[in-house]
Amino acid sequence: MKESSVSLLAKSSIWKKSLNARTALLYLFPSILLFSVFVFYPMFRTIYLSFFLTDQHGSAALFVGLENYTYLLESQAFRNSIKATILFVLYTVPAGVILALFLALIANEKLRGIGFFRTIYSSTMGISVAASSVVWLFLFHPSVGMFNRFLSLMNLPEVQWLLDPDWALLSVSISTIWLNTGFSFLILLGGLQNIDGYLYESAKIDGAGYWYQLRRITIPMLSPTLFFIITISLINAFQSFGQIDILTKGGPSQATNLIVYSIYREAFVNYQFGTASAQAVFLFLCILIVTILQFKFGERKVHYQ
Amino acid sequence: MKKVELLNVSKTYDKKTEVISNINVTIEPGEFFVLVGPSGCGKSTMLRMIAGLEDITGGILRIGEKEANHLPPSKRDISMVFQNYALYPHLTVMENIVFGLHVKKIPKLERKTRCNDVAAMLGLSEYLNRKPRELSGGQRQRVALARAIVNEAPICLMDEPLSNLDAKLRAHMRSEIRQIQRRLGITMIYVTHDQVEAMTMGDRIMILHDGKIQQIGKPIDIYNHPANPFVATFIGSPPMNIAEGVMNEMQSEILIADICKIKIPDEDSRLLQTKQVLVGIRPEHIKAASKETSHESRMVVEAINVEILGNETIFSFKVGGHEWMAKWNGQWRLQVGDRIPIQMKYESICLFDRKTNERIKAPTDIENFILDKEVFL
Repeated sequence: MKESSVSLLAKSSIWKKSLNARTALLYLFPSILLFSVFVFYPMFRTIYLSFFLTDQHGSAALFVGLENYTYLLESQAFRNSIKATILFVLYTVPAGVILALFLALIANEKLRGIGFFRTIYSSTMGISVAASSVVWLFLFHPSVGMFNRFLSLMNLPEVQWLLDPDWALLSVSISTIWLNTGFSFLILLGGLQNIDGYLYESAKIDGAGYWYQLRRITIPMLSPTLFFIITISLINAFQSFGQIDILTKGGPSQATNLIVYSIYREAFVNYQFGTASAQAVFLFLCILIVTILQFKFGERKVHYQ
Repeated sequence: MKKVELLNVSKTYDKKTEVISNINVTIEPGEFFVLVGPSGCGKSTMLRMIAGLEDITGGILRIGEKEANHLPPSKRDISMVFQNYALYPHLTVMENIVFGLHVKKIPKLERKTRCNDVAAMLGLSEYLNRKPRELSGGQRQRVALARAIVNEAPICLMDEPLSNLDAKLRAHMRSEIRQIQRRLGITMIYVTHDQVEAMTMGDRIMILHDGKIQQIGKPIDIYNHPANPFVATFIGSPPMNIAEGVMNEMQSEILIADICKIKIPDEDSRLLQTKQVLVGIRPEHIKAASKETSHESRMVVEAINVEILGNETIFSFKVGGHEWMAKWNGQWRLQVGDRIPIQMKYESICLFDRKTNERIKAPTDIENFILDKEVFL
């Protein structure tokens, strides 16, 4: 009798204690459901597929273990993709962040009509990758493109922007930087506007000049935003696809065949879902490692309020 | 120790309406000068104009003997404490304090000794390696103070530095700031909306309202001789009671809010020429009516609120549509709704011209509140 009442008490107290957890779960349910359907299931399916050879419909046919991965690491084409991706990240992320920071700094000044420039600078955020890539396609056009016209005006030799293997990756990078500037600019401008104006007034009374204020106040105060932007830009750069597909289709001679594009080709052109999945898992691990490293080493320099 | 001089200073944002107009004042070297007024009266704007954070649209500002209208803030020999302290959240307390010295390229060793001296003075030595977010409100306030002091600027500007503190800490910091100012002998210009801070801290105070000077003077002089009804009701807690009065030349008396009459003595008969007046009386000057009180100047009022503050009792009542308050010494066991007989003496009232708002009579009987040192044994 006594024992049963004790166990009842324990039961009810567990039920009571977990009240908060159960409430939390209920609130989380919609996002857990959405994530499961659109993120977790495809992710685990991809990992699963990466251990198989598949048929044309993409269903698993033959278990091959890690063979897909060993094949990838030995493949010259894949190594080329890795190299192109790393170069692409190096070209786009630092330049893009610095450009956006520069634009945000000048657009943060209180001037008449500055709203116009803020709109212009952030406008690339409202343009789709496909539409802007088509525009860049025209700008890069060898004979009627604006860049080559400009070069010929300056009496410089023409450049085969998208057709020369030495130039193609750089050209794609330029258009990507332009494309990402809007978002980075807007976030950085928001970060700048969040900095308390009194800090600058206090610094002004102390006699600190513009560069001193930038170095000792603006950049440290902006560091959480900068960190966010760098992380997002890195991940974005690793995942770029649209502009590659429209501008170069991975060419010329694989110069712009970034990993994501190579995955797409492997899966939907060559119907090799197994190796494509293995590449996807590889890319996922790369991004994960880079992001972890960034958090580990970058966050030390970040000052959260 | 420098003086600050404002000559006809004015400020306008849209070139039409002046938010600050006609400011003429000389702040003496080593003086604790308080700018006080209700919010939106332009006191912070004035301070920021002295600091160089706002442009001066008209008039001349002199710091020391030099005209300073177009000097950048860093060349004005000032330090400033902001209302929200403006501490750098990413720097430690020590880095915050020496920020200005670092800008001025003062050698590291001197920076350190000066920082340690100031920190010791303000009791911050233990917290030098903390970040501002790890400090309490009062400690942050001290860091802001330390940062202003460490620069050894001859003029210090403070913009409502105590408004974010709780009442007890505020009272403590009041006397601390005053003592530091006296010890260092700096010229202090202090902005506040709190008349208690103004009264207790200032050598002289300036009362601003709608961007215009209402009165400048020693706190106690302003309390005793308010220049207009605004100053009378702004300075003092509870504020001076005000009601409309009409002069009766025939009877030579004032009729206050149609219910109470006060005789005007013959020597003040010139006052009768102003027909429409405002009558003011400090709450502590309203007395309980005694047997000797004439029927005329006796007034029976109904208490609508009673506050007993330990050694004094404040009760409020209605006089001609205004809520008046009286402050009596001691603990009076009054109840709301009690009918209380009170009296007002001619000597304690203050009269203002209703048209020009100028004072025509100050209270002459300040009772035994002004004590000279001779009374000490």
